[in-house]
Amino acid sequence: MGAINVLILRAAGINCEEETAFAWARAGAVAETIHVNRLIESPAMLERFHIVTVPGGFSYGDDIASGKILAVRLSLHLGDALRAFVQRGGLLLGICNGFQVLVKAGLLPGPGLERRVTITHNDSGRYEDRWVWLEATSDHCAILRRGQRWMVPVAHGEGKVVTDGEETRSRLVEGGHIALRYCDAQGRPGPFPINPNGSEMDIAGLTDATGRILGLMPHPERAIEATHTPDWTRQRPADGPGMALFRNAIEFVENHVTAGG
Amino acid sequence: MLLWQVEVFPKSEAVDPAGRSALFALRELGVKTVRQVRSTQLFIVEADADRATIERLARELLADPVTEDWIVVAPTDKPSKKNGTGVIEVHPRPGVMDPVAASAQSALSELGLTVASIRTARRYTLSPAPAVAELELIRRILGNECIHEVVDGPRVPAPPPRPVKHEFRIRHVGLRALNDDELSALSRRGHLFLSLSEMQALRGHFRQLGRDPTDLELETIAQTWSEHCVHKTLKSAIVYRGAPFPSLFGGADGEARVPQNDSSAPGSEQHVERFGNLLRDTIARATRELMAQRRGPECLSVFKDNAGVIAFDERFGIAFKVETHNRPSAIEPYGGAATGVGGCIRDVLGCGLGAKPIANTDVFCVAPPDWSADRLPRGVIHPRTVLRGVVAGVRDYGNRMGIPTVNGAVHFDPRYLGNPLVFCGCVGLIPRDCVEKAARPGDLIVLLGGRTGRDGIHGATFSSAELTSTHADEFSHAVQIGNAIEEKKVLDVVLQARDHPDGCLYHAITDCGAGGLSSAVGEMAAETGAEVDLETVPLKYEGLRYDEIWISESQERMVLAVPADRVEALCAICRIEDVEATVIGRFTQSGRLVVRYRGQDVGDLDLRFLHDGLPKEERAAEWRAPQAGESDELLAEDAAAASGGPAHASPIPSLATPFDPMRSALAAHDDNQPAPPATDASTSRDASRPTQRPTPVSVSAEFDRDGPDLADELCRRLSHPTIASKEWIIRQYDHEVQGRSVIKPLVGVRRDGPADAAVLRPLLDSSRGVAIGCGICPQLSDFDPYWMAVAAIDEAIRNVVCVGGDPDRTAILDNFCWGRTDDPRQLGGLVRACVGCRDAAMIHGAPFISGKDSLNNEFALHPHDVAMLGEPGGAVRDGRLAIPGTLLISAVSLIDDVSRCVTMDFKPVASRLYLLGQLTRIVTTGCAAHGAQPPPVVQTSGDSPTPGSCNAGFGAQPPHEDGRLQSDMRPTFDPRIAARTHRLAARLIRTGRVAAAHDLSDGGLLVAVGEMALAGEMNCALLGCPGGPAGSGGLTPFDAVNAFAECPGCYVVQIPEPVPIEHLLLDEERNLPMTLIGRAMPPPPGEEPQLSFPAAEPEFGVSDERIAVERLREAWQRTLRW
Repeated sequence: MGAINVLILRAAGINCEEETAFAWARAGAVAETIHVNRLIESPAMLERFHIVTVPGGFSYGDDIASGKILAVRLSLHLGDALRAFVQRGGLLLGICNGFQVLVKAGLLPGPGLERRVTITHNDSGRYEDRWVWLEATSDHCAILRRGQRWMVPVAHGEGKVVTDGEETRSRLVEGGHIALRYCDAQGRPGPFPINPNGSEMDIAGLTDATGRILGLMPHPERAIEATHTPDWTRQRPADGPGMALFRNAIEFVENHVTAGG
Repeated sequence: MLLWQVEVFPKSEAVDPAGRSALFALRELGVKTVRQVRSTQLFIVEADADRATIERLARELLADPVTEDWIVVAPTDKPSKKNGTGVIEVHPRPGVMDPVAASAQSALSELGLTVASIRTARRYTLSPAPAVAELELIRRILGNECIHEVVDGPRVPAPPPRPVKHEFRIRHVGLRALNDDELSALSRRGHLFLSLSEMQALRGHFRQLGRDPTDLELETIAQTWSEHCVHKTLKSAIVYRGAPFPSLFGGADGEARVPQNDSSAPGSEQHVERFGNLLRDTIARATRELMAQRRGPECLSVFKDNAGVIAFDERFGIAFKVETHNRPSAIEPYGGAATGVGGCIRDVLGCGLGAKPIANTDVFCVAPPDWSADRLPRGVIHPRTVLRGVVAGVRDYGNRMGIPTVNGAVHFDPRYLGNPLVFCGCVGLIPRDCVEKAARPGDLIVLLGGRTGRDGIHGATFSSAELTSTHADEFSHAVQIGNAIEEKKVLDVVLQARDHPDGCLYHAITDCGAGGLSSAVGEMAAETGAEVDLETVPLKYEGLRYDEIWISESQERMVLAVPADRVEALCAICRIEDVEATVIGRFTQSGRLVVRYRGQDVGDLDLRFLHDGLPKEERAAEWRAPQAGESDELLAEDAAAASGGPAHASPIPSLATPFDPMRSALAAHDDNQPAPPATDASTSRDASRPTQRPTPVSVSAEFDRDGPDLADELCRRLSHPTIASKEWIIRQYDHEVQGRSVIKPLVGVRRDGPADAAVLRPLLDSSRGVAIGCGICPQLSDFDPYWMAVAAIDEAIRNVVCVGGDPDRTAILDNFCWGRTDDPRQLGGLVRACVGCRDAAMIHGAPFISGKDSLNNEFALHPHDVAMLGEPGGAVRDGRLAIPGTLLISAVSLIDDVSRCVTMDFKPVASRLYLLGQLTRIVTTGCAAHGAQPPPVVQTSGDSPTPGSCNAGFGAQPPHEDGRLQSDMRPTFDPRIAARTHRLAARLIRTGRVAAAHDLSDGGLLVAVGEMALAGEMNCALLGCPGGPAGSGGLTPFDAVNAFAECPGCYVVQIPEPVPIEHLLLDEERNLPMTLIGRAMPPPPGEEPQLSFPAAEPEFGVSDERIAVERLREAWQRTLRW
């Protein structure tokens, strides 16, 4: 197939677009950064793309609540277009603020679970930048391989995934929505700082029923070089651990998608 | 129009971080009665809407469905309060930036509801209800009267105050008729802060013109001539009288100075030197000469633009700027620091045709966090609150902008109580063909970004004045809250316009900072001329007078010179990015700055007079070398220490007694003058103020106190706040956004060791890097500002070298914060610091590329508080508390291949440890005696550490009129040897020979090794401390003096076995000072890592000290684990 095209969605306050585009390019895709206002003007441009990424940042200052205003704008103007995009096989990835946006727009965990899951202030009550271990825990996410484990950085003040109760939690588990969990280097769960924000069930990332929408709080795009890792001067890794996620996504598109481009 | 209030509150305490952190802050500062705080976010919406519509908004937009509940209060509802609780509401004052309200308003319009106004506020419900006596304190903790109305709630929602419409009337100031006294009065009353001779120059100019100035003209000149904008003190002619400068380098004439006489009689000679322009003759001169000699990195733009620029590679340059934002941060720490970051980012964005910011730095100088709340002078915010506030301000602005904050420092000294210092730096990446800019006649003046309000008026002049106990009231309008997202949008627009496919869309750009439009347009038009129509400037609200529009320092604005045929292309970008761009005038060829309002001239100034009319003053500076005073006593103590006397006999005030920092500082200054007991202070307070004050939380109380042995002493040093881990601060900053990070601020096995400097890859697809570091040692200022400057430059260079920076391609920046320089003694110190800067820059081959000074950092105490802080004394003089002369040196260094970088944590390999450099002490007097000769071999045994440093505990040494410490020091530190040592360290690192490198800074050798061991979790066995007699391997046991001596020019390097360092040296490196000091190796399986070292014991000779690395970690981390 031809080039794999990735749309990086910008908005006021989104600030991880450059390194996210770079990570996609490094994985072999062609990344194009487009402001949400342009996409609202012509939603049809989505047809050119295989992957849409909502990067990290502070969209609209995270005023009111993190990701809320961009979520409202996406729901109002692009909700149908994005659902159609995923329906025809496109991948939608939200990183950090992008994850918050997808949850608050109801795209994650998806139909039937809207307004039952949210992302709120860290238990520590403050913004924190630190590296954590993650394990992929879902079978059906297009971008992840169950059991894969990596170290990646988190940097957020509102990353705690919260549900409205036990029923929702079991639906998340049964539906395979829990894509990523915080763990230690051996894959075991634990309190802070292993779980850096107090997320219920150590949730670091969620996927929808199709497995083609993924949102995660950590930043794989900041972990794509060996020198990104926090202890590379001690043990020199061959590559950045975050590249796996981008490569998996490209591989999925190559294997499954024929349309687009 | 109806007024609705939506109240949004967390469903449970578990999800109420605002309530929890408020409770934490209350308890930390001593509020005892309150045990629970719940927070409620209030949205006060003025709209033609029914209840159902407002409820829909609350549900869909304002409240989180899972974690929050909400209620809508109708205009007719009566607010209610639960019994047994207290309610405090914090409302932004009208006109204060309220970013949440602004975002909410645009989101509401997206949802189809047009609202007339929206405001936010926060309500705190306290239970049980606080004691009446605590209410004032609680109000001060929860809000800041400068920007908030803090009211007892719940308050009935009221419509926002409507701005008063004023009638337009041109106002002239009758300047020509004023006598000198009246001129001075006008300068003070009008907050112009101009000197009498400057006011006289103004009067002469307008008498010549035969008219009086308008208020706008007067303001424009005051802003342009302010210390903040023009640095008139550093650029003035200065006649220096006093102790000679150490002749490390040349004199002002470039010739080597005649070696001075023997140092044994310091201060006995009177050196006189005249500087035509201090800055040009010292700092800028070093840069000029280094550029001519082609030493240092390639300088692309120095001292003329908003930031300095050096070459990075063939295509790009690196811009670097460091600013201070001291005065606003003293009054409103959060907003002050945030807008400091914002302003510095705009400097980089407005450098050349615009640089992309890729990293921020921050350095704070504050009073000790355990300062007794009982002894807080009025008008002063508690240092703990200051530190929390400035950290939050840097965090929120930097993180939101998406710029990593990668490097910084915090220095504690009680003399920063009234004037905390906030340094904000920004590093940018700029294409080399974008470094030059010039507005051209005919270009349109475009104002980009935020709207203009009444905020920030008089920031430039305010920042040039000393603070007083009433400044918070007088200058609250100079304090602002930033809106980072507005600035991020401006940044996005500027970079797109710069890199437009048709070429850059503008000819020049600058930021709208201090002085607002008056400075920005005035500067850009300096070589052309300009006309501005003020009524075109978009306003936040009605009611601004024309002169307010002109000088307002509202944040997040840039001014561009745009050719008429490119304005539309610029506006097209702005429309997509939701940024306002407005043509407000044009550049002309007239040489005049013409300002109009509604068609009438309100100002017409000759640009040449504006920029060159400032009268040149000649200032007197004097400095006296410390006199021989109590040197005998010192020597006796020295001898006691050298002969293995008890640790506490050293001249260093012990950390065990630092509870009253100011008093100990003052007492140390004058031992004959007992500081007043605390009770005197409290009874002298104004009776109207609450006398019941909370007991402060004492950090010091947590220090290890048992026993005098060196292991305990090491823990005490590690716990000193200046040395202690800053992880609490660092992790709140996003230091990895943009994906450029190579060396992070925390390194090692558990990522908790203090990196010496940060390393970034400016280009994501390249392995070339830059190291960013800093040096600051105000503790040396009392000793001799010359040596403070030399040591700060040395420290900054050491820091970048430690991670892999190249000392031959390192550029530096200076930021002076000084006291009142109309005092010749203070100015004399500043002169010495500048000369030190020049000499050290020349020796190290490190050019200055940018700098900034902040003068008059003194706090005029309320008369009642003077006694409380214990006048007379070195720190409080004439009722004013002055900061120690402080110089921050920031360094940027180039790295060809970041894969060669190293970190300070010991690596898990058997290895030797070497000290590169000499354990010496820095001295003021006597160096001249040796002229250009190499320094003598140093006897370090028994040497005392640098005075007044961290070693001195909280009570940093006050200025030494009597010079008890310095008088008989021998010349020991030679920056020329240090410069060669830097190159040796860098070469060993670059060639892959070094596993870990760390510099000796605050805390000296034992602290440095302790930090390396805890970061690497390695066993470390030290053989001894350099300075022993020949035949002992040059080693001597550690004692309380040599273990913690803070010596410039020194590194500890870990070199893996089996190659000894001698095999790695080039011929010319063999005579450099270096000593094998010990070994590092992985601990045996199952054993905890330990640090061991021989310690001098008074009675038993030498003992082998052992301490678990885990204990070091705990000591190092607990002080600032907030």
